[in-house]
Amino acid sequence: MSWMRLKNSDNEVNIDEIPSIDYHEFYQNVVEMLAVENFHIADYFGYTTNNGLKLIAIILDDLNAEVLIASHLYHYYCEDSIISITAKCEALHPFERDITERYGIVFKDNPWNKPLRFLPNRFDKSLIIENYPFYQISGETLHEVNVGPIHAGIIEPGAFRFTCNGEKVLHLEVALGYQHRGVEEAMCSTNSSLRQNIIAESIAGDSAVSNAFAFTTIIEKLTINKNNISPQLNIQRVIAQELERVAMHIADTGALCGDIGYQLGQVACEALRTVTINTTQAWCGNRFGKNLIRPWGSNFPLNREIVSEIKNNMSDVLRRYDEVRQNIKNTPSVIARFEACGTVDRNIALHIGAVGVCAKASGVMRDIRKTHPYAEYKNIDHKPIVKTYGDVMSRLTIRCREVIQSIEYVLDLIAKVKFDDTITPPIYNTKLKPNTLAFSFVEGWRGEIAHTAITDENGSICCYKVKDPSIHNWLALSLAVRDEGISDFPICNKSFSLSYCGHDL
Amino acid sequence: MEQISTTIIIIILALLIPNTISLTKAKLAGRRGVRIYQYFMDTIKLLRKGAVYSPTTTAIFKIAPSVYLGASIVAMLMIPVGVLHPMFAFNGDVIMFCYLMALGRAAIILAAMDTGSSFEGMGASREALYGALIEPALFLTIGTIALISGSTNFSDMFSLIKSDNINMVIVMLIIGYISIKIFTVEMGRIPIDDPKTHLELTMIHEVMVLDYCGIDLAFINIANWLKGASIAMIAANAMTTAFALNIWLTIAFTIFVAIAIGVVESIYARAKMARNTTYILTITAIAMLIFFVAFILLKDIKL
Repeated sequence: MSWMRLKNSDNEVNIDEIPSIDYHEFYQNVVEMLAVENFHIADYFGYTTNNGLKLIAIILDDLNAEVLIASHLYHYYCEDSIISITAKCEALHPFERDITERYGIVFKDNPWNKPLRFLPNRFDKSLIIENYPFYQISGETLHEVNVGPIHAGIIEPGAFRFTCNGEKVLHLEVALGYQHRGVEEAMCSTNSSLRQNIIAESIAGDSAVSNAFAFTTIIEKLTINKNNISPQLNIQRVIAQELERVAMHIADTGALCGDIGYQLGQVACEALRTVTINTTQAWCGNRFGKNLIRPWGSNFPLNREIVSEIKNNMSDVLRRYDEVRQNIKNTPSVIARFEACGTVDRNIALHIGAVGVCAKASGVMRDIRKTHPYAEYKNIDHKPIVKTYGDVMSRLTIRCREVIQSIEYVLDLIAKVKFDDTITPPIYNTKLKPNTLAFSFVEGWRGEIAHTAITDENGSICCYKVKDPSIHNWLALSLAVRDEGISDFPICNKSFSLSYCGHDL
Repeated sequence: MEQISTTIIIIILALLIPNTISLTKAKLAGRRGVRIYQYFMDTIKLLRKGAVYSPTTTAIFKIAPSVYLGASIVAMLMIPVGVLHPMFAFNGDVIMFCYLMALGRAAIILAAMDTGSSFEGMGASREALYGALIEPALFLTIGTIALISGSTNFSDMFSLIKSDNINMVIVMLIIGYISIKIFTVEMGRIPIDDPKTHLELTMIHEVMVLDYCGIDLAFINIANWLKGASIAMIAANAMTTAFALNIWLTIAFTIFVAIAIGVVESIYARAKMARNTTYILTITAIAMLIFFVAFILLKDIKL
């Protein structure tokens, strides 16, 4: 196999060094690799060059901690349609749909090639989100229920179309794209890395730190004259990311309790989440950690005062959250709702390439912190929490235990913080290498976030690709609610806690 | 005078019960909670507003709130408070009470179907199922009281029961307990339904009135509260006959029921929708059991 093998922390690669193989071999390799459990697709996208469209696939090898890259050049005047890999590996469906939507390449045998997010500059403008033909099943006893795109709660827009037999869900199709803001285009339209950094923080408001982390890593890889990144900076970034994970996992625990009417858990978690995000606010002035992650340095180096606040607050949250966690575990009416509900089999999770909490709940260990460690995670002996049942309870348990684990990491890491002022202010106007590709994978609280950037001959970013973990996991939700009561959909949805804007970009 | 005070007490309780429940929940959640007359103010505000109707709806949709409110008011007028007699009473009014409940429910179910919304259709189907399952329990409970007292009007039923027989005291206590369960089902409280939820896929009562606003919504809320107060008052009367039928005791018991429901809703989660039928059938089964126990005790049948 002629694929390029790299590590997550490896530096940039020249775009010409990426092996270009013909589609037949490309297809064979992807299918072969993804059939093995320790490989999963991280990103697959098209990138326009002078000769044609370059399809670049990035596959992660969890066992050997390797990142495999290869590409295939699709000539503009090529008339043949190419065979869909989705037909063999379901995990590629969002990526193939995206390529079809953007460039009009038809993948032969693709089972359901609907547009991924109805981009304004899509190839086939006759497909409109308002009258998208949902998959239909006919039958006298069946009925359809449409939920959204505007929802009753304060959540993002997305349409869910259920086909039900009475109270039982036979099929769910999710239609997204209402949140499309043109993130990837906006990233390429400016050369200021400050502006790009701010855009990256807005990819998904609840994963601001993780996305900014991925972005700064890319900029740092692409820069020609690399400065040194002090280990202290890495420590502080990881603290920020773990604080985000703690806050969001607690918020989801609370929201799950709220959806089943378990008031005690809900209000306790809401209070704890506030404590956590207020800690971030005390640090950087923003509750979601915006402004915190910047290339090459930080505007908010940790000082003694903030460190002691983080320490006090996190110890407090640890103690109180542990109590809530025990309460949830010991309340029969709560367990009765969460157990054996919205189950995703291990096999299904593997097939659809699930990542993050969803994968870990189904017994598939996918955690970038462990398999492709970056920054300070290289020095942490991270033990991912894996459950096997794949139901709502498993996903909740993983969240609960990750909160405890993350707080412990934070408490360990702040002990390592040195205050001798080694962190420089950020640098925004660095020169980037021309014709280069850089990627970075970080483990956000939802799962792996993959950013990929390609620069043109002038050294400005001409292609920026963001992959939110939700891209993989939305299909898991659709499959999880099959044969469940339709009234259990909200807790299933909440247990995955997927991002709409991260998907729609 | 006596009749008017009965009515006023029930109306005040009708406002107080939902308020007490939400106040209890708020206190347990560490919040300050609503003012004691908040629900009253909200209703006044809604009553002053007009109504907006969807063009897909027909006359059924417009009539339903009035039918529901009318049925609830008439039903409420038949319920005594302790020794205070109700507004009107006649032999067999217990049957009329049950069917007025059913009439109100049927009106709202039809109105929900009339909107053509898929959510409201689901809500109507759930309400129809749970309504059909809880009705036998209501009949058996009231039937048992009628059996023990030998009267079929609410006005005399409770005052005719003598609390000197310990067997009957136990029977009445269980009747009171079943009535509280019926109250939770009829009012859509946890574990059957969660009135606080905003999720259209999981609601039962709330989802059926999604399309109502303004004065219609006020009618439905008032009807709901009156219905709840009537059932709670039956429970309170049944419980207190076990000791001594007393106005203040019944009122205190009604408030106690509201607080208890608030506590339960704070510390328990709602049941899975599919479990609700089992829960309601269990109530019916207990009602059936207590009916036969009362029958055997009365006839003094030796087994």
